[in-house]
Amino acid sequence: MIKRFIDWADQRTGCRRIVHEALYENVPGGARWRYVWGSTLTFALAVQFITGIFLWMAYSPSSQTAWESVYYIQDEMRGGWLLRGLHHYMAQAMTILLVLHLMQVVIDGAYKAPREVNFWFGLILLQLVLGLSLTGYLLPWDQKGFWATKVATNLVAIVPLIGPQLQKVIIGGPEYGHHTLTRFFALHAGVLPASITALLVGHIYLFRRHGITAKLPKRRPDAMFWPDQVLKDAVACLAVMAAVLLLIVKPYLFGHHDQLGTDLGAPADASESYSAARPEWYFLFLFQFLKFFPGGTEIWGAIIIPSLVMLVIFVMPLLGRWRLGHRFNIGLLFCLLAGAGLLTYLAKAEDRHNENYVAAVKEAEHDAERVRVLAKSPAGIPSSGAVTMLRNDPLTQGPKLFAQKCASCHRYDGHDGTGRIPKNPQSASDLKDFATREWLTGLLDPEKIATTNYFGATTHREGKMAKFLKKDVASYTPEQKEKLKAAVIALSAEAQLKSQLAADQHGSALIEQGRAAIQNDLRCTDCHQFGKKDEDATAPDLIGYGSRRWLISFINNSAHEEFYGKNNDRMPAFGANQILTEQQINLIADWLRGSWYEPSTQMTKGAED
Amino acid sequence: MNDPCNSSPPVGRRNFFKSLLATVIGGVLGIVPILAGLEVFLDPLRRKAGAGSAVHIAALEGLPDDGVPRKFAVLANRVDAWNKFTQIPVGAVYLRRTGDQVQALNAVCPHAGCNVDFLQQRNAYLCPCHNSTFTVAGRIGDPSSPAARGLDSLDVEIRGNEVWVKFQNFEAGRREKIPVA
Repeated sequence: MIKRFIDWADQRTGCRRIVHEALYENVPGGARWRYVWGSTLTFALAVQFITGIFLWMAYSPSSQTAWESVYYIQDEMRGGWLLRGLHHYMAQAMTILLVLHLMQVVIDGAYKAPREVNFWFGLILLQLVLGLSLTGYLLPWDQKGFWATKVATNLVAIVPLIGPQLQKVIIGGPEYGHHTLTRFFALHAGVLPASITALLVGHIYLFRRHGITAKLPKRRPDAMFWPDQVLKDAVACLAVMAAVLLLIVKPYLFGHHDQLGTDLGAPADASESYSAARPEWYFLFLFQFLKFFPGGTEIWGAIIIPSLVMLVIFVMPLLGRWRLGHRFNIGLLFCLLAGAGLLTYLAKAEDRHNENYVAAVKEAEHDAERVRVLAKSPAGIPSSGAVTMLRNDPLTQGPKLFAQKCASCHRYDGHDGTGRIPKNPQSASDLKDFATREWLTGLLDPEKIATTNYFGATTHREGKMAKFLKKDVASYTPEQKEKLKAAVIALSAEAQLKSQLAADQHGSALIEQGRAAIQNDLRCTDCHQFGKKDEDATAPDLIGYGSRRWLISFINNSAHEEFYGKNNDRMPAFGANQILTEQQINLIADWLRGSWYEPSTQMTKGAED
Repeated sequence: MNDPCNSSPPVGRRNFFKSLLATVIGGVLGIVPILAGLEVFLDPLRRKAGAGSAVHIAALEGLPDDGVPRKFAVLANRVDAWNKFTQIPVGAVYLRRTGDQVQALNAVCPHAGCNVDFLQQRNAYLCPCHNSTFTVAGRIGDPSSPAARGLDSLDVEIRGNEVWVKFQNFEAGRREKIPVA
């Protein structure tokens, strides 16, 4: 039955002959492991085509949907992490296989006449595959791909004569945007794969036309391609697939169960500088190479020298006609690889010792994790794109703004909010846990108020409040101390902090006692106003102390008479003098008050189900 | 080798096992990316349409008591892959008031899913795609209409002055009214 069908098909298509020709190619000297590289590359390419087409069905190339659709594939669609992981790591494997294939061809002299044209086909294929890597890196539209690709396309502008125009055409306009993605995607999924397929057909045709270049001396008698060499090829492909799968599940083996597959950075944001931008590891050597060319001479590092190197590789078959030329080719190839290896090592080593880079990578990882938490929030991703979630997130923006605008005087748990220690010495309070019971207990402690974490480095160190604490509070009776404790609880309750919500609800009786103590027993209202308006108040308002409204007004202008008035010590009027926008002040205030979106434990459980 | 179709390949037990192994490995390798892709491709089968919930459509007072249908947009929350939209148009209904009775019809033609128009001069609904006609009450008008059932009526609830409709879509092309799940 099957035979009859095959006969029928064969009469009409000649398929037997094709299959026979494909499988019964003569392999001079028998099957060898060194011949597997071409097959592994073809296999890797096939995997890329299959996974790529499936990814295509869920990918949406525009600046508001590219990251979002990739996130959706990765985190929400079943099996998406595996599909993306396969595509990502197989691309990396391809780069390695390309180098191995090239080395085998040059070392075995398989480029020599009459196989020059096929060698050139191979070199063009190599460049096209690298083109796939370059265009694919941008498509997730995350910070990493965005900034790294920007460097690459900015280098296009230094091409003589047509550079700027060429750059505009490539990125689809003067700036990165929708058309950068549509163009890169069309190149990545259309133009380049089609060109590669066409060239690969030619490459394999020419290879079959001239046959395998046998590695001499022949160890065994000639054999057929099937099944010996096919089996070796299959085992090599299996090893490639195993390596790729291992890379995909690597995070799982190290306990990061939620990060299977490949990573996805925070969504691209042109307004958010990204000092961790680096190209993919296999382009790092070029990146490092560029550092050696001072301003104005980049064209040598980016275009002229790489082009010359490519040119030399192109003429290798001609040089290889002479024995010395062949040796030169092999030597050159090893030198180039060693050079690229050294440059890659230098780039990595330099980054490892660069504090700024290390911190930026950490921050980038933090942002990437955070944006996924926000994407899973009940509000979901707004149609303006995931990037707006991060821009409006106090937990993300608060520390960055604090580091830029506040940390030259203040501290947050001893650092600048992002974990770095600022160069300027601390000259104002540490605002970690600001307005909490703990923080206020410290502020009202005669021993602590003069430390740098409170008023120590400010003029308030000698102010009325400090004097009052040292003179009066220091000699409080146990009964008065209890009242002070209640006052701290009452004052802290004014802030309505998320972290103390439950404690404030339970302690309402104590809060009432504390309020009475502030208003009557403890003399707070001699200078502050609390509970009711007081025109004569000279110290910061305690009505709603630490609340969102209070903190925003305070940052807006701490020298306002509601707060320090003329006693204000150096703190700029951030809002009134337009140092920060209203939104930025809101973000800092919300961050200091600890109010940002957190998934409730129940929610997380639901998401996992 | 002049006729490759008739030349026989090398045979032998060793070769047989090698061939088998090569085929098995090749098959496994091919199936990995295809399975991963299919799993993602078939992900939509896991997604369910939201169960029809009551939606506020119009004020009862604003609905003339003349038995003439009027078209209203239905606003509801919708999840579209990664986006969650609040109160966006998700469909349309015709409301027809007679006395204190309000009838609601989904504006989608049950034949192939086009939106029907109400033609006042004919006092009937007409589907612009394949010319199905429906009476003002939503039943099939012209018996030669390609639609298999009348327009889909929806449950109406009057809450004070507000008209609420349990909005749902139904599978097109069938004689029975089966909610899209």
